Amino acid sequence: MLIIKNASKIFSKGTVNEHTALRELNLLVEEGEFVTIVGSNGAGKSTLFNAVCGTFLLDAGSICLDDRNITFMAEHKRARHIGRLYQDTMKGTAPNLTIEENLALAYSRSKRGPFRIAVSKKERQLYRDALAAYEMGLEDRLETKVGLLSGGQRQIVALLMATLVPPKLLLLDEHTAALDPAAAEKVMKITKDIVRHNHLTTLMITHNLKSALTTGNRTIMMDGGSIIFDISEEERKNMTIEDLMHMYSQKRHVELDNDRMLFS
Amino acid sequence: MQLYITALQEGFLYGIMALGIFISLRILNIPDLTTEGSFGFGLSIAAVLAAKGFVITSILLAVIAGAAAGFTTGFLQTKLSIHPVLAGIITMSGLYSINLLCLGAANMSLNDNTLFRVMKEAFFPNSSGMDSKIFYAVISGFICLLIMVILIWFFRTHFGMCIRATGDNEQMVRSSSINVNITKTAGLCIANALVALSGACIAHAQNYADIHSSNGTLVVGLASVIIGEALLGKRSIVIGILSAVTGSIAYRFIVAFVLSYNICGANMMKLMCALVVAVTLSIPAVKNQMAVLKLKKEAKKHADH
Ligand SMILES: Nc1ncnc2c1ncn2[C@@H]1O[C@H](COP(=O)(O)OP(=O)(O)OP(=O)(O)O)[C@@H](O)[C@H]1O
Ligand SMILES: [Mg+2]
Repeated sequence: MLIIKNASKIFSKGTVNEHTALRELNLLVEEGEFVTIVGSNGAGKSTLFNAVCGTFLLDAGSICLDDRNITFMAEHKRARHIGRLYQDTMKGTAPNLTIEENLALAYSRSKRGPFRIAVSKKERQLYRDALAAYEMGLEDRLETKVGLLSGGQRQIVALLMATLVPPKLLLLDEHTAALDPAAAEKVMKITKDIVRHNHLTTLMITHNLKSALTTGNRTIMMDGGSIIFDISEEERKNMTIEDLMHMYSQKRHVELDNDRMLFS
Repeated sequence: MQLYITALQEGFLYGIMALGIFISLRILNIPDLTTEGSFGFGLSIAAVLAAKGFVITSILLAVIAGAAAGFTTGFLQTKLSIHPVLAGIITMSGLYSINLLCLGAANMSLNDNTLFRVMKEAFFPNSSGMDSKIFYAVISGFICLLIMVILIWFFRTHFGMCIRATGDNEQMVRSSSINVNITKTAGLCIANALVALSGACIAHAQNYADIHSSNGTLVVGLASVIIGEALLGKRSIVIGILSAVTGSIAYRFIVAFVLSYNICGANMMKLMCALVVAVTLSIPAVKNQMAVLKLKKEAKKHADH
């Protein structure tokens, strides 16, 4: 369970570039929930993920993961419980390490002595089986450097790395946006399988409104650093993309009108 | 001939330094300027202790001293967020004074209390001249080989892999819940321990330590790594380790070659070496240019038809 309370983050405070990226944001995600997040560019979606992962500390507010307050926990320590994928397929993997070494690195979350050989025979079999399940032919290329793979293949490796030891929270930041339609579909299918199989609590950012409404069981929309809509599974059922766009533009209009009143 | 045997020995011993530079530059992806400081640190500690008769201890302590130098740079970089280049320069210049203090003078003799002499007396007490030169080169090669084997093993272990990954994608290593401050600092410790070991071995090989011997070692080490890569490539860690030592030996042979023809006085030595190294390094680029020219020519030919 993830609980974010009154989270605020202002970048470059006190300068002309001052920018409020998170504005008293509140979010509660139940155990096993799969939430999709939509919102325009610069809405603060990735910033929200960065805050949860500890890339920076919040200016105000708190973050709890499974009853544990992680607001001030070091980034690498929270990483033990959080798996994350990025849009940039290079970000989630080490390009000069082989597939099996990358997986071994991720697997180190549950690891014994530092001076054991990095990839044991038993582990290699584990990785081979895990990769074989995705039918991408990667199981036979365990010793290929990840930098030589295609974006889609790399994202599969990254996905497996993030979920090999099931995390308490999985964060997907437009992780199929850089892939061709076929690869995107495949990666998305595998993602859904993994999430379902492990009952992972998941947040997924996407610009694809259709997939936002059909994936998972809840959709939230962000704008200007806060959540402007929170649509439950029931409400989502009969909703079309047009409805969602309509809701967004109406909200925008109301805000613009408010601003106009303020300044007139 | 004797010149080349000595060059081989120096190639092995400076090769240990090249391995250190390979670790910081290529594996950690950090430009580490601590090198000259830690080389001098290893050199002076080894010289002072060996002169007093502690031959083996002098080398062990030199290695620890180098690791301490690396730790200092790592600490400045990670905990105090000082730019890597500056952190290295700070440690290096601080060490310059420490090395002078340690050595007590600009130079000193080891009074024949050297590792090489001890080994020779243990195995070939009667050898002299050429034979002992060859024996020294073999010992040096053995030390270097031992280090290479240890490194190849180490970088296959889990911790070694974490260090490699840190240079590759730091953010991802952090996301794998590994403390990159630790992996970076450990990498710098190992790198500088090797550089200091190289300095200590050079002091033992020369039976003499001079505070100025560390001048220019960084450039030589970088050149070795890059020459090695030009010769053998950099496909994997094992190849990288091999090529650092190969590069160091190649560099020493170049120096010996320039010296043997005595084309120029000893004063021009550095310039000649710099030229030869520059030429060696430019070979890939020149090859590339030639290929491009050829392609253009072909294309033109086809266009004319
Ligand atoms: N480290 C930072 N320093 C300064 N400003 C930042 C920083 N990180 C994000 N921002 C700003 O915060 C705002 C929100 O950025 P964020 O990356 O969260 O947007 P997003 O919703 O993920 O958009 P997109 O859909 O384009 O990925 C942007 O205006 C961005 O410029
Ligand atoms: Mg984003």
